Amino acid sequence: MSAIDILAQVLRIAVPYLFAAAGGVLSERAGIVALTLEGYLIAGGFGAAVATYYTNQPWVGLLAAPLLGAAIAGIHALATIRYKADQVVSGVAINLLMAGAGAFFLRLMFDSSANSPRIPALGDGLGSGLAATFGQPLVWMAFLALPATWWLLERTAFGLRTRAVGEHPQAATSLGVSVSKIRVTAVLLSGAVTALGGAYLAFDQHKFTDGMSAGRGFIALAAVIFGRWEAPRALVACLLFAAAETLQIRLQGSPLLPSQFVEMIPYVLTIVALAGFVGKSAPPAALGKAEG
Amino acid sequence: MSGRAMRWDETLLPPLMALAIAAVVGDLLILAFGASPGHVFGLLFEGTWGNAYGFGQTLYKTTTLVCTGLAVAIPLRAGLFNIGAESQIAAGGFAAALAGLALPAGVPWPIAAVLCLLAAAIGGGLVAAVPGALRAKFGASEVIVTIMLNFIVLAFLNWVVAAKLHVPESLHTPEIATGGVPRFADFISIFHGSAANVTLFVALALAAKMWWYLFRTKQGYELRAVGLQPEAAENGGVSLGRTWFQAMLIGGAIAGAGGINYVLGYKHYYEEGFATGSGYIGIAVALVGRNHPVGIVFAALLFATLSQGGLAVNAVVPKQLMDVLQAVVILAVAVCVPEVRRVLRAAGGRAA
Repeated sequence: MSAIDILAQVLRIAVPYLFAAAGGVLSERAGIVALTLEGYLIAGGFGAAVATYYTNQPWVGLLAAPLLGAAIAGIHALATIRYKADQVVSGVAINLLMAGAGAFFLRLMFDSSANSPRIPALGDGLGSGLAATFGQPLVWMAFLALPATWWLLERTAFGLRTRAVGEHPQAATSLGVSVSKIRVTAVLLSGAVTALGGAYLAFDQHKFTDGMSAGRGFIALAAVIFGRWEAPRALVACLLFAAAETLQIRLQGSPLLPSQFVEMIPYVLTIVALAGFVGKSAPPAALGKAEG
Repeated sequence: MSGRAMRWDETLLPPLMALAIAAVVGDLLILAFGASPGHVFGLLFEGTWGNAYGFGQTLYKTTTLVCTGLAVAIPLRAGLFNIGAESQIAAGGFAAALAGLALPAGVPWPIAAVLCLLAAAIGGGLVAAVPGALRAKFGASEVIVTIMLNFIVLAFLNWVVAAKLHVPESLHTPEIATGGVPRFADFISIFHGSAANVTLFVALALAAKMWWYLFRTKQGYELRAVGLQPEAAENGGVSLGRTWFQAMLIGGAIAGAGGINYVLGYKHYYEEGFATGSGYIGIAVALVGRNHPVGIVFAALLFATLSQGGLAVNAVVPKQLMDVLQAVVILAVAVCVPEVRRVLRAAGGRAA
């Protein structure tokens, strides 16, 4: 095992975290709690696998994933923005819904509630090591997701409005910004971007599997919080958490350090950051609050 | 509620509307699967309320869900979201198993069971104390802290069981020496094989106790005041931090107590994943039960029926249909609560 192989493993593990963290930053900076990331990942994996299977064209799967992700995000947006449902409750429901729906529709379509049939990969990388890793389009897209989110939020009019409705919705309203429209757009984008992370998992494993998101949406949410809701810091957090996971995989069965303790690192760091032991990590002011 | 009497229409309409919506979605999904809704709902009823074994299993699941439902509802009454019942019940079950293992075999079971119950409550309470304290001291979001703790606690328990207490070729601790409580099947033979046990009465007693606490004690009144009007409660001399901590502690202890349903009443050991999902369904139970102990008992029975019913219909439609329906119920209640309030108040405003 060379250092390059280890680095490549860290980068591959980081891919779903990067997409989901970008989705998390977008949604939460607009003031909508992103407990739903786990559900969007499932939507992305399912959409990518089913569309690829029926068309035998991976790029159709690549398009279907963000569409299904945005559709599921649409349910969250409808419930929390139009009907002012509690965002945490809606988030929990979306995750339960997708966990159940994934297995239900697998059995409806393929008569197996465990996994989809095999699908072709999206752009199998040539060569080995880092070149092979970055030969997959979703890998380099993942590393662009958070920088693009930063650019969108900090350098565009839409980003300015998004940050405004996440911090001071009343002030944004008085300036003629439609809080609902901005929030709906941010949530739909969040679902679409996060779903790409699920698509990566499906293409990487050549199928959709029940439970394949395996809590990654929550690690990404942890990265958003540990990164203080800022895209560049969230990117660093994703890489840090992916490195910890790589370490955990390599420590499995080792007597040196129980892998379970390494597994806890992202969650412990997030709690420490939230409690303000290492600089206060403060959420957007209007996070979780319905408008008006 | 602002001091006025509870409005029954505002309280009961959202869960009833949610059930109607879930029934429609369920019908559509069953039809999509090419099955007959009447047939599937018939199977569901037959497998849960139609025979003693199924009913026993339903009561067993009800016991767990009453505890996790209360564990969500009490903090929610104080304005806090406890998403951590999932790991609190695991910690409680684990603590009960440790207590049962530590006690000598000669201890009479009622005494041992009470000691195990206390251990379970302490185990769950400890896990919930962390988000309670962090919220009270630092204002850290209890939603995030409880979610993160779920992963931390479950990984920790996994390590203890795997590295320290492991029974070879299993994921569980050794069987406890004492503290096992009777199953219903011990008294009523038709319950044979089902896991329902006397822990059900512990859960019902906890629900009754929580009703008394919330609506008949000063502390309960303050807890509800903090949830409804935190600023007003603080101005009235109630400490927000202390109330939040207390509410989380009570919730965690009740979730932990729910762990004995499996450990003392069913398998007599702690096993990884014995209550997986019950913490999240507890959120549904609390919502549909409108955070009222009586409502929670009925909601727990409903969700236990759906969960057990999933197994009964699995040959015809996937049991995950029930997970989807549970999610639809949660989403629909969450949407209907503010909507019903808005519509009713608008209508009331016109009439007045």
